[in-house]
Amino acid sequence: MTATLLIRTGRLRRARRRMAVIGGALILLLAGFALTLMQGQSFVPPGDVLRVLAGHDVPGASFTVGQLRLPRAALSVLAGLSFGLGGAAFQIMLRNPLASPDIIGISRGASAAAVFGIVVLGIDGPMLSVLAVLAALGVAVMIHGLSHRGGVSGTRLILVGIGVSAMLESFIAYTLSRAPSWDLIEAMRWLTGSVNGAQLSLALPLLVSLAVFGGLLVSRARDLESLRLGDDTAAALGTNVARTRLLVIVAAVGLIAVATAVTGPVAFVAFLAGPIAARILGPNGSVLIPAGLVGALLVLAGDYVGQFLLPTRFPVGVVTGALGAPYLIYLIVRVNRAGGSL
Amino acid sequence: MSRHSLSVHGLVAGYGDRTILHGLDLDVLPGRITAIVGANACGKSTLLRSMSRLLTPRAGQVLLDGKAIHKMPPRRVAQVMGLLPQSPTAPEGITVADLVSRGRHPHHGILSRWSPADDAAVAAALEATRTVELAERAVDELSGGQRQRVWIAMALAQQTDLLLLDEPTTFLDISHQVEVLDLLTDLNHRRGTTVVMVLHDLNLAARYADHLVAMVGGRLHAQGTPEAVLTAENVRAVFGLDSRIIPDPTSGRPMMLPIGRHRMA
Ligand SMILES: Nc1ncnc2c1ncn2[C@@H]1O[C@H](COP(=O)(O)OP(=O)(O)O)[C@@H](O)[C@H]1O
Ligand SMILES: [Mg+2]
Repeated sequence: MTATLLIRTGRLRRARRRMAVIGGALILLLAGFALTLMQGQSFVPPGDVLRVLAGHDVPGASFTVGQLRLPRAALSVLAGLSFGLGGAAFQIMLRNPLASPDIIGISRGASAAAVFGIVVLGIDGPMLSVLAVLAALGVAVMIHGLSHRGGVSGTRLILVGIGVSAMLESFIAYTLSRAPSWDLIEAMRWLTGSVNGAQLSLALPLLVSLAVFGGLLVSRARDLESLRLGDDTAAALGTNVARTRLLVIVAAVGLIAVATAVTGPVAFVAFLAGPIAARILGPNGSVLIPAGLVGALLVLAGDYVGQFLLPTRFPVGVVTGALGAPYLIYLIVRVNRAGGSL
Repeated sequence: MSRHSLSVHGLVAGYGDRTILHGLDLDVLPGRITAIVGANACGKSTLLRSMSRLLTPRAGQVLLDGKAIHKMPPRRVAQVMGLLPQSPTAPEGITVADLVSRGRHPHHGILSRWSPADDAAVAAALEATRTVELAERAVDELSGGQRQRVWIAMALAQQTDLLLLDEPTTFLDISHQVEVLDLLTDLNHRRGTTVVMVLHDLNLAARYADHLVAMVGGRLHAQGTPEAVLTAENVRAVFGLDSRIIPDPTSGRPMMLPIGRHRMA
């Protein structure tokens, strides 16, 4: 009886902490969103921002807020959510923080296809995005196939992925070396993530992808979480391991690929969001949703820093890349030493 | 009393192009404790994994209540049969209460919410394994014996009539081994849970099991009461070891004394 009470209070406390973390992240995100709409090169008072959002014509604010800042902030948040969710899903599924799609070559697949499309095929626009999404899926299938030997082991998949990523990297370098200079600028967008020149119309594919793929992931969060106990234990607990894996791979690759098609591969956001969220959340349930929110915060804040807080303007991917690289090195050192996990 | 039956018919199973189990038949006695013994790599874990739907048979089948287990939805199977794999891994930092709560997984769908019955099941599992006071501790900070009890608690929280355990006593010191086996026997006596476990220690297996199963090279070598199975001939066939069998003065069950090349009187 008392034990039941103990379990109950412990569970409620974990749930409360979880809600506090998610609520806190949401408030932070909302505040950041509002801030980036108000403050940039110039300050626009909150009243004017609200009037622009409500669709009124406000001289001096309509263009800055409505055409420049709003699309930028919206794409940052949506792409960040996608990167965070997709990255954490891979990390949870493979029980390893190195298993993020930007480490194991999936994002690189999208970039390589896009660069190839621009330089060799001469295509652009939606066609190019579709090609990038398909390539990301193709790389995921290829890595999965290459690391399949009577069941997929996480470590093998990561190593194969890092190898594939390196191959794609050299393919990109080779293609770029043969590119005319006017293609380089367009190609750059696919190499470093950026929300420069964001258009609000591009929020739609991100929203659809989040609703479909993100919804799928979140609805499977409990099964996904059970995979952290190992495949055998998860299966013994009634999780259909193969199907859960397939769904998670499709959904996570979908999220990453669509976001990459819109903003380019914003460096290391998928990789960083999960571990940061796990650190903040502690042992209080699935890290999936918090990771999405952390991803959104990273892109939003990273873009603001890159635009206004550094001596020269940098695309957001440069800022997040500078943040992620030391952590990657730290992880490799630590994993080498102790075989740790997320 | 256990209401579910589990049996294995002509089971052939393996990994990749290697066949490990070569046509194996076994009827698990409902409401009893079965111990599986055999040399390393003879296929004990493979048998347990096939019996619990984790590995699909090449030929033959595993029947749960007369139905082919590999055609049943995993969640349905997990509601009546629990499995504790050999050396399971806990996620970093997970608390005991959280891990044991995972045992409720098969009783929840996508939309169902946690209920007071779930809390009660988790609490009962902690009490049965005497791990209540560990509830808020991180699993990776526990001693080997505590950790093993916590894993068993997770399987208990699943509240299944059938419980399969792969070497639940390995890496435990002797007092913890006895404690785990006593706990499983309590469970069997109180709830009629059918227990099937792989054990390394022949004498503990003979003492605690109602039914002893000996495997050699992916085949069933002998099965029956401990008295019938634990004989010097079988020990020789299964482990390639000479031995003497004497009655265990405590339990009256057979007890095996190995005979090596040295220290013979
Ligand atoms: N996942 C696996 N992939 C390939 N071979 C395996 C795998 N698991 C076990 N084996 C092999 O199957 C044989 C039987 O293993 P197992 O059933 O674990 O034996 P036991 O539990 O009796 O020690 C061993 O030779 C082992 O190497
Ligand atoms: Mg084994």
